[in-house]
Amino acid sequence: MGFKLGSEEVVVNGPKVAFKVFGLNVTETVILSWVVMAVIIGLVLFMTHNMSKDNPSKKQVVAEWIVETVNGMVRDSMGSKNLVYAPYMATIFSFSIFGSLISVLGLRPVTGDFSTTLAWALITFFMIQYAKIKNDGILGYFVGFSKPIALLTPINIISELATPVSMSIRHFGNVASGIVITQLLYFALTGLSHAVGLSVFPVFTIGIPAVLSVYFDLFTGFMQAFIFTMLTMANVGAAYPEEEQH
Amino acid sequence: MEKAIVLAASAIGAGLAAIAGIGPGIGEGFAVGKACEAIGRQPESSGAVTRTMFIGCAVAESTGIYGLVIALILLFANPFLGKL
Repeated sequence: MGFKLGSEEVVVNGPKVAFKVFGLNVTETVILSWVVMAVIIGLVLFMTHNMSKDNPSKKQVVAEWIVETVNGMVRDSMGSKNLVYAPYMATIFSFSIFGSLISVLGLRPVTGDFSTTLAWALITFFMIQYAKIKNDGILGYFVGFSKPIALLTPINIISELATPVSMSIRHFGNVASGIVITQLLYFALTGLSHAVGLSVFPVFTIGIPAVLSVYFDLFTGFMQAFIFTMLTMANVGAAYPEEEQH
Repeated sequence: MEKAIVLAASAIGAGLAAIAGIGPGIGEGFAVGKACEAIGRQPESSGAVTRTMFIGCAVAESTGIYGLVIALILLFANPFLGKL
């Protein structure tokens, strides 16, 4: 979809369809996700290659620091019994960061597609349900919806279903608004260059979009990855009974 | 003609959807102000306060993001044009 702005047409596209497999669209997002996954797996293999106990290399120290930080975050917000969730949180965090940061290279961020964030939010949703059923039993799980009084059952069910919706829309909305605003600013600056007679060389498009890019790509990318992970931890952790403090 | 009316109304609707930004703006300002107060009182807990504040801000932000999504749908994936 697009609309006219002077002689230029402002176009803000969804992800392009690269090719089709059995009628399923394989979009830009899917291919870039594969690239991001390959980069993350490569990085992880590189950092954990040739580890040694006595004489740790620099990359091993970085890898250990990352693992310690994620473990600490999970321990703080979910309790030390739930450390089993730490790898998933680190995965979501790194995937989200790399998925958002590829926009620095001029690619379309993976997280700017609702399918990506919805998939992550659905994983979180089923994780919450699994944790609840595991702790309360299948009967206690369904009874739990009618607490504190039976009248609130529909509201409890809606609020349960709203969790994945709000999580996915929050992440997608932040990244997608960045894409749209950067695009609009780019076209506006091109138009400005035309207006002052510099149509051959749009001088205003140099530098100025980079300022916005720092906010929308770097800050929003890190912030949303952090928030998505923290909310996943908080929501899944809330399904577990409180741990006694020692 | 009909199309023009639908497009104009959608544009106005998208603009109105941006009003949803007021609530999160006030709410987040409040949260950040309180967080600053808390850090001023207890500077040693600034890490935990900042982390909690960001999560609170993110939750407060979601209503504004809903407005944004509605505006984006009206502008770029208008469902009403197909019904003409």
